[in-house]
Amino acid sequence: MKIVVAVKQIATLGDEVEFTDDERAVDPDFLDYALNDWDSFSTEEALQIRDRSGEGEVVVVSVGDEDAEEAMRRCLAMGADRGIRIWSDALDGADPITVARALAEVIRREGPDFVFAGVQSADSVQAATGVALAELLGLPRVAVVTKIELGDGKAVVDRELEGGIVDRTEVDVPALFTIQTGINEPRYATLRAIKQAEQKEIEVVEPSDLGEPAYRVRRMYVPEKGAGAEMLDGSAENVAQRIAEIVKERLK
Amino acid sequence: MSVLVITEHIRGEVRDITRELVTAAQDLDGPVAVAVIAKDPSALADAVNVSGVDEIVNVAVEQEEFENDVYAGVVEALAKEREPDVTLTGFTVNSMGFAPAVAARLGLGFASDVLSFRQDGDGLVAERSFYGAKVNAEVEFPGKAQVVLMLRATSWAPAEGSGNATVSDFQAPQIESRARHLEFVDVEQGDVDITTADFLLSVGRGIGEKENLAQFEELAEKMGGVLSVSRPIVDSGWVPNVRQVGQSGKTVKPKVYLALGISGAVQHLAGMKTSGTIIAVNTDAEAPIFNVAHYGAVADLFDVAEELEKLF
Repeated sequence: MKIVVAVKQIATLGDEVEFTDDERAVDPDFLDYALNDWDSFSTEEALQIRDRSGEGEVVVVSVGDEDAEEAMRRCLAMGADRGIRIWSDALDGADPITVARALAEVIRREGPDFVFAGVQSADSVQAATGVALAELLGLPRVAVVTKIELGDGKAVVDRELEGGIVDRTEVDVPALFTIQTGINEPRYATLRAIKQAEQKEIEVVEPSDLGEPAYRVRRMYVPEKGAGAEMLDGSAENVAQRIAEIVKERLK
Repeated sequence: MSVLVITEHIRGEVRDITRELVTAAQDLDGPVAVAVIAKDPSALADAVNVSGVDEIVNVAVEQEEFENDVYAGVVEALAKEREPDVTLTGFTVNSMGFAPAVAARLGLGFASDVLSFRQDGDGLVAERSFYGAKVNAEVEFPGKAQVVLMLRATSWAPAEGSGNATVSDFQAPQIESRARHLEFVDVEQGDVDITTADFLLSVGRGIGEKENLAQFEELAEKMGGVLSVSRPIVDSGWVPNVRQVGQSGKTVKPKVYLALGISGAVQHLAGMKTSGTIIAVNTDAEAPIFNVAHYGAVADLFDVAEELEKLF
């Protein structure tokens, strides 16, 4: 059982932001980095399936510069076997379909039984990379999966629709699933595992053909904030009093 | 620019997003065609024949319900034969299963979670958010004759009125569906219904631990309402998802929505932004929830909750 998990190191913005001179990106000095939330769930799911099957490996693949290895090491510390990092400068700020092309080239040669990706990344919320990747790999796919049951030559998965409706779907395998948060409880890595993960292999690959981008960022800017909320100031006691007044007034 | 809208339907009902897409399509100069991919498309024709639709394209397929290979195959064929300048889908779970695939396969322009778009010279410009909605970007599609846009739900009002669209048929290609719908499983409702409450006290990640939930449930009741939660609380398994507000939970519209420790992810806001009065308490002054709130306070939710206890 070989499962490839596509993961991403995401960027988060604090209270302040400045843009690069061409205004097409956020100045990296204002960004912090972390493993995408969804990806700890997809990694956990892959580990559980590997462990239940009793053999095989979990390979984490990521598009990112050297710093992204920190996020990959987290997945390795959770128990993934090895990593492959894909990078060229052309991938900086790339659209999800370009990222999928970079991933496809590497994952194709791995010939996995399953490919997992997070539903989306918290920093750009495209919800597109996984399904584009499946198409490029020629794999059946299901997006927004909250439960996986493996059978013979097929799997039955739950797909979470809006409003909490679940669509139970039978899918041919090999397949790609985009994994929704809450599907499992991602494990915490022990200190020992974190140390061991330092020794695990991360291969670095440069993509050969990224094709034409699906979009190009023209400019980035801080959105206008509408009227905004009327801010209640003062102590917690004052705030609570105002809230109580508003609630009582509106519920009259 | 010609527009093709892909209809979304479930259990024989056209979803609101489709009529929102029709409204959005009016932002370009048209014409606007709406594709209905269904076992019996004509049964859905009335629901999509709304004001602003020029043509309804019926595509009969074997499957009653959505399957992503079917939609991908049909939309790809439509893109090749009809060459719409812009194809619109919702930024919805169904569309996530096929729209990126079609764009990847055909090398089309693509953007998702789009908030607005406009024609710009010969091209198209779309607006979307990054970094937790703290930054917006305009994206363009150089060299792309066709663009697929997935539009954020509830960002346009649903089109209404009856239209006088022409109706045509489109032959679906042969498609092998590799991910097949078996059944829908509805969430067990239980005895809690957050959609009918006048007052919701909603908590999120900010409450820290499961042990803290009980005090907020008590407070909600004391204040005359019901406890609801954001997604991370359900993901942690602390409460069943009947209490979840947001895109993957319930859409609510209480008279008052009090959000304690909810930062306001887009998916959460989609489920509560039309509430009568929204009050938000958060320690992060930049939390997106303050953009939709009527009243806000940068404060510790436990301190505020403790004071509220005394007032009800």
